[in-house]
Amino acid sequence: MDTLILSRIQFGANISFHILFPTITIALGWVLFYFKVAFTWTKDDRWMEAYRFWVKVFALSFAMGVVSGITMSFQFGTNWPGFMETVGNIAGPLLAYEVLTAFFLEAVFLGIMLFGAGRVPNWAHTGATFLVAFGTTMSAFWIIVLNSWMHTPQGFEMRDGVAHATDWWAIVFNPSMPYRLTHMILASFLTVSFLIAGISAYRWIIGGQTRGVRVALKSAVFGAALLIPVQIFVGDMHGLNTLEHQPQKVAAMEANWETAGNVPLVLFAIPDEETRSNRVEIAIPNGASLILRHKADGVVPGLNDFVTPEGDVLHPPVAPVFYGFRVMVGIGMLMLLVSWTVAFTMLRRKPGSKERRGVEGLPRWMLYGLVAMSFSGWVATLAGWYVTEIGRQPWLVDGVLTTRMAVADVPAPMVLSTLIGYLAVYGLLIVAYLGAIFYLARKASKGGTGPVVPGARLEGMGVAAE
Amino acid sequence: MFADPAVWLPFVFAALMGLSILIYVVLDGFDLGVGVLFPFATDAEKDRMVAAIGPFWDANETWLVLAVGLLLVAFPQAHGDILTALYLPVAVMLIGLILRGVAFEFRAKAAARWKKTWNHAFFAGSLMTSLSQGFMLGLYIMGLEWTLPHVAFALMTAVFLTVGYSFIGATWIIHKTDGVLQLAALQWAKGGIWGLVLGIGAISLATPLVSPRIFEKWFSWPEALWLAPLPLASGLIVLWLWSLLRKMPFAGDRRSWLPFALATALWTLAFGGMAYSFYPYVVPNKLTIYEAASSPESLMIILYGTLIVLPTILAYTVLAYTVFRGKATELSYE
Ligand code: HDD
Ligand code: HEM
Ligand code: HEM
Repeated sequence: MDTLILSRIQFGANISFHILFPTITIALGWVLFYFKVAFTWTKDDRWMEAYRFWVKVFALSFAMGVVSGITMSFQFGTNWPGFMETVGNIAGPLLAYEVLTAFFLEAVFLGIMLFGAGRVPNWAHTGATFLVAFGTTMSAFWIIVLNSWMHTPQGFEMRDGVAHATDWWAIVFNPSMPYRLTHMILASFLTVSFLIAGISAYRWIIGGQTRGVRVALKSAVFGAALLIPVQIFVGDMHGLNTLEHQPQKVAAMEANWETAGNVPLVLFAIPDEETRSNRVEIAIPNGASLILRHKADGVVPGLNDFVTPEGDVLHPPVAPVFYGFRVMVGIGMLMLLVSWTVAFTMLRRKPGSKERRGVEGLPRWMLYGLVAMSFSGWVATLAGWYVTEIGRQPWLVDGVLTTRMAVADVPAPMVLSTLIGYLAVYGLLIVAYLGAIFYLARKASKGGTGPVVPGARLEGMGVAAE
Repeated sequence: MFADPAVWLPFVFAALMGLSILIYVVLDGFDLGVGVLFPFATDAEKDRMVAAIGPFWDANETWLVLAVGLLLVAFPQAHGDILTALYLPVAVMLIGLILRGVAFEFRAKAAARWKKTWNHAFFAGSLMTSLSQGFMLGLYIMGLEWTLPHVAFALMTAVFLTVGYSFIGATWIIHKTDGVLQLAALQWAKGGIWGLVLGIGAISLATPLVSPRIFEKWFSWPEALWLAPLPLASGLIVLWLWSLLRKMPFAGDRRSWLPFALATALWTLAFGGMAYSFYPYVVPNKLTIYEAASSPESLMIILYGTLIVLPTILAYTVLAYTVFRGKATELSYE
């Protein structure tokens, strides 16, 4: 394997690992803020109980996000120097604003949020929680601006092979940014909703049936049930936007080879780039034309339009984009099914009474279903990003810079050695992270405090409250 | 000459980058140092040491992100050159930072039987980070070339920087703790100071020898006058520190902050000397800050933001240190 492919695998591995944790912290920050405000408002201790448990998960996820994020910021220089040399005038300021407006904000106030409860007044602690949540969202904003610009670049001109900004407004508000940002933020909220619902269901099953667990489970399920239709709608809009700007990506998502009208919606297929056709195919007639053009005979772009007469392939690899898209949409549909089923069950009234069934009324199998869905948001998010990023190949910045042009001149064995190092560390950390979350859940359900460690960090309201 | 933005902007950005590296090596220096000192402490002391840096480390590390970010945005050409030349030590540092950062959390959250493992990971991560940063410093001084003597020199700076970090880490613990741990930290600091002196000395000797240009800058009249206060002041500070550490702790814990402040001053002087020597190069002897800079329009955009945001960042950094002032043990009992 050469340096290019190894660097791509390494970048893919690093960003995939990184994105897992921001996906949790972006929304969890706001959820914690919500718990905190609800507590301040109602003075009901169950909100604080929920806060105290989830702030631990937040702290853990945040640390994982920070350290993997630092790795990301070095990757540009170590593996992709051509990126900054070509589009540094645009990517640079965006990244700088992320560090300046977001990273410091969250990093500094995180300390007060985690340890400061006993040292500052309650309003200041709530304020710190707000600023941390705000900071993570700002991070997401700036990095998504940059990423979206790489997909739909505008507001610049090329001089001597280097991009120079001409219109910052156009750069920041590039055509795909609003869709990608909204879709990502919603993805984060859905991921967190299912995480909270799943872990709370787990705690409920193993006997930790407290009021704090109940309120967290309820909030999460209703949150998910409300957001998932929005996400499906936004995802559709996102796809239409992509159709306009990156038709080759949509062609790969649909595994559609020939530009034509009355294109069926392929539910499942095995796309084959050798024969340039799909092997097995299950499809709904006219489906793709209807979804993408809202007309049965709407014309949908095909992959064969993106092959030059000389035989150069200018479209992305089909199979990963095609399958990735189906995994994401499939999980989206599953989320709809699960969250609505559980929400309706909780809303039903008890027989012969006006009372709603609530969490107590959930059958076991539904609780197990929620546990199984705990990390479904991660899978959908990764699948979605793979569609987006692989779907941009062979370009790194659409129409401006190919991935091959940006790669560093580092010997392949060196990249291989660091790749193996990262994979080993990430593998261990994922296991440790999942283990720690379920351990925290078990510990909380037993009502025990676990090992009391003098001098250990105190989250939320401190040791006395533990 | 400074009326032209293409001239003063790179200078301003080099200064900003230098400032964030300096803040980084002082702030993350002390918390990395605390990690390096871990094996010398008992289990209970380890908890207090972590409590002494817990609320700060994340923000401290962000200065590294800012420094590499500024390198990346202001000097894209140099960014690629430097980081590809340092490919392996950067990877070692990153893996070290990862281990260390997550060990903070895991040692308090995972099941008790894993705590020892995470303590080891915390130490190993801190050590890897310090060593690799020292190695990169050495290689950078040597002009980023991988030859045997240069690597040997870099290995030496790796050790010295690590000792330096543990020295400043020890002074932080002196400030943030009391009792037996404070006494232990005083011992650590007394040991560390000699490593520091040797390190600064070695770097000061090697730097002019590697580069005739720097030799010229240091030993020609009257430029040498500019530089003379640096070694003088550093020498005085070392003497002051030495006598101070022998007399501490004072009754009522007076001046427990002083060693840390003096250590910071010492770093600043050493760093100032380096900056003076390397200016105007960003890749030693190859690329000046003026050749490597991004377009002035882009730098301008960042500068506006920086001028507004940097004071704010400094303000809330001070706020955080104020909220968490006092001895670290208090953290656990409220
Ligand atoms: C919980 C996560 C999640 C869920 C349930 C969905 N998505 Fe998604 N999707 C993402 C998480 C995500 C993502 C990871 O956040 C991506 C990657 C880049 C982006 O902006 O969002 C994404 C990308 C993405 C793209 C690629 C856009 C491009 O770059 O060209 C399309 C077309 C869709 N989504 C469409 C959908 C549809 C029709 C869904 C209906 C079920 C859906 N997504 C559910
Ligand atoms: C938002 C910020 C992001 C930026 C600036 C960015 C930038 C890049 C860059 C520089 C590459 C390397 C070139 C290449 O291999 O094509 C890349 C590829 C890739 N990225 Fe992203 N990326 C971002 C987000 C993500 C996320 C969140 C994921 C998902 C988990 C992701 C998944 C990938 C994958 C899988 C590749 C490899 C694609 C391939 O080589 O075929 N990216 N991206
Ligand atoms: C190439 C791409 C990326 C780079 C270089 C990068 C860099 C970083 C860095 C350095 C940090 C640590 C900040 C600190 O010290 O506090 C970080 C954290 C963060 N990143 Fe990324 N990142 C990238 C991709 C993404 C993507 C795609 C998202 C989300 C959409 C994202 C969202 C966040 C958030 C919310 C945080 C703060 C919260 C946390 O640590 O979990 N980043 N990132």
